[in-house]
Amino acid sequence: MPTQMNGAQILLECLAKEDVDCFFGYPGGVTLPLYDALYDHPIKHILVRHEENACFAAEGYARATGKVGVCCATSGPGATNLITGLVDSMMDSIPIVAITGQVSSHLIGSDAFQEADTFGITRPCTKHNYMVQKLEDLPRIIHEAFYLAATGRPGPVLVDIPKDIFQAKGDYIPVSSIHLPGYKIPGEGHAGQIRRAAQLIAESERPLVYAGGGIIAANASAELRQLVESQDLPAVTTLMGLGALSSDDPHYISMPGMHGSYAANMAMSDADVLIALGVRFDDRVTGKLAAFAPNAKVIHVDIDPAEVGKIRVPDIPIVGDVKKVLQKLLKVLSEFPPKPRRSWITQINTWKREHPYDAPRVENEIKPQHLISEIDRLSGGQAIVTTDVGQHQMWSAQLIRFNEPRLWINSGGLGAMGFGLPAAIGAQFARPDKLVFSIVGDGGFQMSIPELATIASYGLPIKIIVMNNGHLGMVRQWQELFYQNRLSSVKLDCFPDAEKLAGAYGFKGSTVSDPSKLAAALDVAIKEPGPYLLNVQVTSFENVYPMVPAGGAINQMVLGPVMVTK
Amino acid sequence: MLQVISVLLENKPGALLRVTGLLSARGYNIESLTVARTIDPEFSRMTIVVDVDPNIRAQVIKQMNKLINVIQASEMTDDTAACREMVLLHIRPEHRDRAAVLKEAEIFSARVVDSSVDGFAFEVTGGIGELEEFIGVMQSYGEIEVTRSGAIAVSTEARKLRMQPPVPTRAAQRQEEFDGVPNA
Repeated sequence: MPTQMNGAQILLECLAKEDVDCFFGYPGGVTLPLYDALYDHPIKHILVRHEENACFAAEGYARATGKVGVCCATSGPGATNLITGLVDSMMDSIPIVAITGQVSSHLIGSDAFQEADTFGITRPCTKHNYMVQKLEDLPRIIHEAFYLAATGRPGPVLVDIPKDIFQAKGDYIPVSSIHLPGYKIPGEGHAGQIRRAAQLIAESERPLVYAGGGIIAANASAELRQLVESQDLPAVTTLMGLGALSSDDPHYISMPGMHGSYAANMAMSDADVLIALGVRFDDRVTGKLAAFAPNAKVIHVDIDPAEVGKIRVPDIPIVGDVKKVLQKLLKVLSEFPPKPRRSWITQINTWKREHPYDAPRVENEIKPQHLISEIDRLSGGQAIVTTDVGQHQMWSAQLIRFNEPRLWINSGGLGAMGFGLPAAIGAQFARPDKLVFSIVGDGGFQMSIPELATIASYGLPIKIIVMNNGHLGMVRQWQELFYQNRLSSVKLDCFPDAEKLAGAYGFKGSTVSDPSKLAAALDVAIKEPGPYLLNVQVTSFENVYPMVPAGGAINQMVLGPVMVTK
Repeated sequence: MLQVISVLLENKPGALLRVTGLLSARGYNIESLTVARTIDPEFSRMTIVVDVDPNIRAQVIKQMNKLINVIQASEMTDDTAACREMVLLHIRPEHRDRAAVLKEAEIFSARVVDSSVDGFAFEVTGGIGELEEFIGVMQSYGEIEVTRSGAIAVSTEARKLRMQPPVPTRAAQRQEEFDGVPNA
């Protein structure tokens, strides 16, 4: 017997069927019927303080678990505020379902109060989007949205629901199947190509695994580890792939690219076979394309056919789910004994030894790298770390170890400031058992400062570490290096007193600037059962190195004040 | 060089914009575009004529194929497709030229769809570019008004259409595991 429900109740029923235990949102006029239905529904709604942060929090949740993150906003300004989060999850392939309210159907197109063409605006910002026109379509659309968000190359899907659809009453008829005739999900990859790839790997002299976010999205870390172990292959992981292979794995080099390590970039440049797994040859990784891995034959495995050959034409393209492809590849590779490649491994170890990441410590001030290494020590490769975008993000990516996937949560492709704090909220809800550090700059922190209220009101024990250099550090670094140090609008000369700020929200905070007191200050933060805001005053004019100047070849790194070339 | 792309897509609101959005986002100007239902009203067939950089042509078509509403996007070439366009042309010739105009129209196999003391309306079809000549000839007889349909193309080679079959929802999947039998 079908049950009579209104659209809002049907929506919640569908969310429950998709295993949604909580979602992040902000109510408004047209979503009143939804929030009324929520009043006595077991699904938990997390009230954030800005819709952009609802989407970032949903991303934090999704990135920490692999489950679809859900956010919700009202029509008009609510929906437009979601945009940055949608584009962010699009760029980083994060599964998100966003629900927006819309003005009632008969008002659409009339410039009604809080009306915006959400369906039109979000079309290029989502993997797919919907506007619900009939109540009977609602269950099908919701289940399609979750299916699209989570499968294939994951991404954000938005469902725009007019107020009258929320209110309309009808029979709830559960949907048991999804039919999307044009939606193809690549499977296990072409067997012949996989065999060719195995052959190429087995014969290679200087192979290198270049693994990215696709490994994490596909939950293929175990297969990646087997691959590097069974064939004794060195590996780099991209910014999005940190944790795909444990930082402590002996095969692991580090991150390549603009602020990647010397060893990773040199290995990329010298490899004869590049095994690219779930990566998209981002410009921040490749630098000057013509000089990128110039001697390497490339095997490119990706679930998205449009990524294969987009930037670098591979010698062996394999379109498929990287987990399934690796399983097949491992089977074929088991016929080949691992080849000894002593000189290549020795070479990589020499590069590693010669130019490790620099983490200087001085007596009179806290170097930012000193702060990040201390956090690494406390985390021991186990904590969740969310960041904003900029210098602190790069130092964190360089210096913090991640022993498993889904611990490192940052805005990679879009580079959205303000991401770190709300993402930590989502991650902490997803993983209440985990220690969550939100490392933010003094710039990005102030973009999402209202979320301190969310953290306080839910009592989330997030450790907010502000790497405070009084500047928009990365922009300042570029002005110093490429604009004759003409520092323009990068000085942030007002920052609130951390103790008073946290205190105003009802939790603890402090400021530390003495390097000898840093460890103790971090210790206090971690021991605090609730949230903690630690403002760390660090050197103002420190640059992130190594650095590949934009458009340069990645083996032409600036390692410090002196240019070192091969 | 102009390129003809044929797209089979679901007949759904917004589907057209998703396809054209891919081109406009990259700054490509669409030369012509036609779209209409196929014999199955669930689907539409779209023919786009556009000048896309040869280096990223394959990429653009891959991106189109990625769109959820697109069943298949493919490039149409002379070898694999027939391509035609229709022109509707109205001309007001001098009275003494009327016979000559009709004669010219005949050469291009144009059909008269309207005739009055003011002039004629012709309908003519042809390959892309071919019709330019007809328009040029007519222009020499007087003032003309032209509407072009834009190109339409049909594939002349056998190609397999891959439609994805339905999949169970999460809840149905769970139920299936619970019951141990597939859902009817």
